[in-house]
Amino acid sequence: MRTLMVFALLCAFPAFAGEGDVHLKDGPGKQLVEANCSMCHSLDYIQMNSPFLDRKGWEASVNKMIKAMGAPVADTDVQKIVDYLASQYGK
Amino acid sequence: MKSRREFLKVSAGGLLLAGGANRLGFARAANEFGPAALPSGTLEASQMGSLSGKLPLIKKSFRAPNFETPVAYFNEAFTPNNAFFVRYHLAGIPEAVDASQWKLSIGGESLEKPLELTYENLTRDFEIVEVAAVCMCSGNRRGLSQPHVPGVQWGHGAIGNAKWRGVRLRDLLNKAGLKKEAVEIVLDGADGPVLDKTPDFVKSLPVWKAMDENTLVAFAMNGEKLPHWNGYPARIVVPGWTATYWMKHVTSISAISQPFKGFWMNPAYRIPKGKFPVIDRFVSQETEANTPITEMVVNSLITSPENGKKVRQGEAVMVAGVAWDGGYGIATVEVSEDEGKIWQTAQLGADLGRYSWRQWSHRFTPARPGRHAVLARATNRAGGTQTFELIFNPAGYHNNVVQRVEIEAT
Repeated sequence: MRTLMVFALLCAFPAFAGEGDVHLKDGPGKQLVEANCSMCHSLDYIQMNSPFLDRKGWEASVNKMIKAMGAPVADTDVQKIVDYLASQYGK
Repeated sequence: MKSRREFLKVSAGGLLLAGGANRLGFARAANEFGPAALPSGTLEASQMGSLSGKLPLIKKSFRAPNFETPVAYFNEAFTPNNAFFVRYHLAGIPEAVDASQWKLSIGGESLEKPLELTYENLTRDFEIVEVAAVCMCSGNRRGLSQPHVPGVQWGHGAIGNAKWRGVRLRDLLNKAGLKKEAVEIVLDGADGPVLDKTPDFVKSLPVWKAMDENTLVAFAMNGEKLPHWNGYPARIVVPGWTATYWMKHVTSISAISQPFKGFWMNPAYRIPKGKFPVIDRFVSQETEANTPITEMVVNSLITSPENGKKVRQGEAVMVAGVAWDGGYGIATVEVSEDEGKIWQTAQLGADLGRYSWRQWSHRFTPARPGRHAVLARATNRAGGTQTFELIFNPAGYHNNVVQRVEIEAT
């Protein structure tokens, strides 16, 4: 249901064309990051906020997305997402 | 902060072996997409991008769309609508708004007679006024914070100056019978979150600011309808205060008798108490530790020449820019040609109103060859001025550090 809704919203915004050109670095956890983060925002937010956050900084960002923004990230995925961000886009 | 020239010297010296091509790309990007002091990831991910109806602007993020105005556009007193910066928090943005279907509800417990206005009501039933005012994202220059802080990594371009035409918010509130008990006015727009659990972007103003004669519900900008990406068909305009309060695509205005609680009022958009010389307070939202951002601090921008510009020794070069504040008005702009030892008063352009920015210029003739560091510093009529050291805060707000541009004379 939620997936459907997100899909419908994405399709409703042709003005955001160009987003398809955003490619994250390859590494373990990349697909998890793409699937979870791109639900609500383009992945260039990650590139833009690099490379100056340490592991703690990325952890805080991920936690903010979950706790304040309501991102439905599975508990078991949180560490993998933080690992990817810290290793590929950390300082 | 490394200047572009210093950076190129380092590159040429062969110090950057691994990823050399990348780093050269970065040097090029630093010139086109913003200062080299921005995070390298920001510059690498930047590109010129067009939203419908807009000129190519510096893309910071696609979704939500955040696009920055290149500094060259700030050589004009008023920023062209199609070059005006775009800032959204959440990606649920109406693709297009049909003004004939649009409704604005004026309600809340602290109003006697709630209203619902059509676009026609809004534009025909109230006195129409116009105010020139700077619209600046609270996080403008966040990308220059040291250390860097997370968020949209803006350079100098999350700002613009425009003539806003609309009706006074207080006229709407008075017509709806604002009660004395009202504490805050809550503003909501048609844009919203993608997920139900994400807090909708809702803001509030203290009643005194909402009732200020300059606070508008605007439906025109620089003589034209608002661009979609700047809030069509109507947006709130709060002259002097940062753009977080300037609700786009506004659909609901409500008066309440208690402080509004919402993510975008607290913990978002907060500054530490007592760290900045701001005068306007938002008392009902203050906590022990922090307070909502309110007015813009005194600031200036050198729009010309660009950093690294090569000029002829003995020939005059016009140093020009803009200066603004929270609405007290700019008193003076001083320029230093020697890294801040001697300051000279710049010539001010026309006074376009106290909420507008003020253009300024200064003729500089480099007497010797070599590099010259040019600085600009504005002072407002309340005695406020710019800082030389960043007042660090975790959200990267109120960066009014004196800017430095290098000119090379040969």
